[in-house]
Amino acid sequence: MTSQTNGTTPAVTQHYKVPFNLRRFIRMNSAQFGILGVFLTLWLIFIISAPSTFLSPQIYSAFMTSTPFFAIMAIPLTIVIIAKEIDLSFPSIMAMGMVAFSFSYDGTAIIGNTTIRVFLAIIAALLAGSIIGWLNGIIIVKMGIPSLVVTIGTQFFWRGAVLVLTSGTNFPIVYIKQTFFYPLLVGKIGGFLPMQMIWLVVITILGWVLLNRHRFGAHVYLTGDNIKSAELMGVNTGRVRIQAFMLVGLISAFAGLVASFYIAYFWPNMGSGYLLNTLAAVFLGGTSVFGGTGTILGTFLGTFIIGSIDAATVAVGLTGFLTNLIYGFIIVLSVIMHTYLRKRGE
Amino acid sequence: MEKYRLELRNVSKSFGEVQALRDINFQLGQNEVVGLLGDNGAGKSTLIKIVTGYHQPTSGEIYFNGRKVDHLTVPKARELGVETVYQERALAELQTLWRNIFLGRELCNSLGFLDIQRMRDETHRLMTQSMGFTSQAISPDSRVGKYSGGEKQGVAIVRALFFEAEIIVLDEPTMGLSLKESAKLVNFVKGIKLAGKSAIFIDHNIFHVYNVADRVVVIDRGKVAGEFLTENIGLTELMEKMVRVAETGSLD
Repeated sequence: MTSQTNGTTPAVTQHYKVPFNLRRFIRMNSAQFGILGVFLTLWLIFIISAPSTFLSPQIYSAFMTSTPFFAIMAIPLTIVIIAKEIDLSFPSIMAMGMVAFSFSYDGTAIIGNTTIRVFLAIIAALLAGSIIGWLNGIIIVKMGIPSLVVTIGTQFFWRGAVLVLTSGTNFPIVYIKQTFFYPLLVGKIGGFLPMQMIWLVVITILGWVLLNRHRFGAHVYLTGDNIKSAELMGVNTGRVRIQAFMLVGLISAFAGLVASFYIAYFWPNMGSGYLLNTLAAVFLGGTSVFGGTGTILGTFLGTFIIGSIDAATVAVGLTGFLTNLIYGFIIVLSVIMHTYLRKRGE
Repeated sequence: MEKYRLELRNVSKSFGEVQALRDINFQLGQNEVVGLLGDNGAGKSTLIKIVTGYHQPTSGEIYFNGRKVDHLTVPKARELGVETVYQERALAELQTLWRNIFLGRELCNSLGFLDIQRMRDETHRLMTQSMGFTSQAISPDSRVGKYSGGEKQGVAIVRALFFEAEIIVLDEPTMGLSLKESAKLVNFVKGIKLAGKSAIFIDHNIFHVYNVADRVVVIDRGKVAGEFLTENIGLTELMEKMVRVAETGSLD
């Protein structure tokens, strides 16, 4: 502690660099290597027990078709959980976004051009999702009510709103197939690679950049780690959390678009099966419920573990009754592994 | 007459029913070190959290260099040159050292993207030159939660120095430090004085405060009970007065 009280920033003459050390690298990223290990082990087990299924490309095309519907929401959800909050309302936001979509489409009949109408409807859906996320954030931050409680409430509220506004009916949205938005969101490249997988990768990369290379992400980690410290040092923790909830809202509405475009159909219970899957994927990926730690890559791998167990159980020749048992087993084991790794990690 | 670097006029602060501070008048001169003394719960921490913008006063006015400042926030106070070493250290223990050094004022471009290389470089430089950390376990990428109490405090102090600070607020900085580390800290406060800056120094150890402060302000039950220039009062007399104020609420 020499008295270097001169606060100006002297120019740095030499860069700080450490020689690459594999053991250190693994230790510092232990959560990601841990879940990668689980992922590869399961994969190996699947291949050995059902080689005909898991050595053919069709099963991977199927995984990439169905997993992104919930996996894209797991990315912003990871950000919210790192900030030591939680959001249980995203399945309802998926559906509510689609209500905004169809209301907007019906309300713009005067325009005539389907592509423009669908475009406006997409904007309306994304806007509705962001606003609902913003409302979640405002109630949680400004009223100081725990997010678990608030989003249990808003989850019911928005599902209820969907049922009231649609009178509980399903309706087709086949008109979207005439627009280029259909292939853009859910087309298949080369008859193999679904567009929703591309969107998942794009959202994953954007989420990673935001969390690791942007001030917003730095503040998310700090808020989740120690909110008092963050506030003492001038981080606007309220704004950070509201923005995180808005991201969940925005991306959930987007997931709603992708899921209903895929079958050109809307059903008012859309998304209700995704709640626990998505949350499980985030925790499986090593994000701590206590906030302050978690990675996007871990979540990404977690979603594919969750997304493959169903199909794999059947392909391996086990009865479908076993899937929940296997889900539970893998989730509990992985969470124990993460806790252990966190304790001895750097 | 020279303007005060910082002045509080009739500042009061209540938390609901509890009145933590009433009608505080406090001045900090240019290049002055003021020690704040008072029993636990007297309101010292509340007072400095008003100066750092963390709490907003219920009533009263705050002046920096003679200019009135309304709605002081933490970022605003930092812009005005207030840097703080908090009693609770204000570290994020699961995060790396460089993230803690730049907590709340990350170096980034106009779009908000972080300049990680520069933050790690600066952290490395500060560690080796200012903190004197030589331990292998401490690198810009190591997590702060694994550090010892003295090392954590070192991080909190160096962080206050890295940025352009005019007023350095130290809230119980020697808490949990070894004797050697405390002595280093007292020297460091003297360094602030030599560098022409001002400081507010709170410590439970009256010897530390008496040693470095130009003036001590005694706070009792949310009020300023009295103030003394250290050159005009002996340590024994000051200690007697402190005991008396704690027992009777009056200095004499």
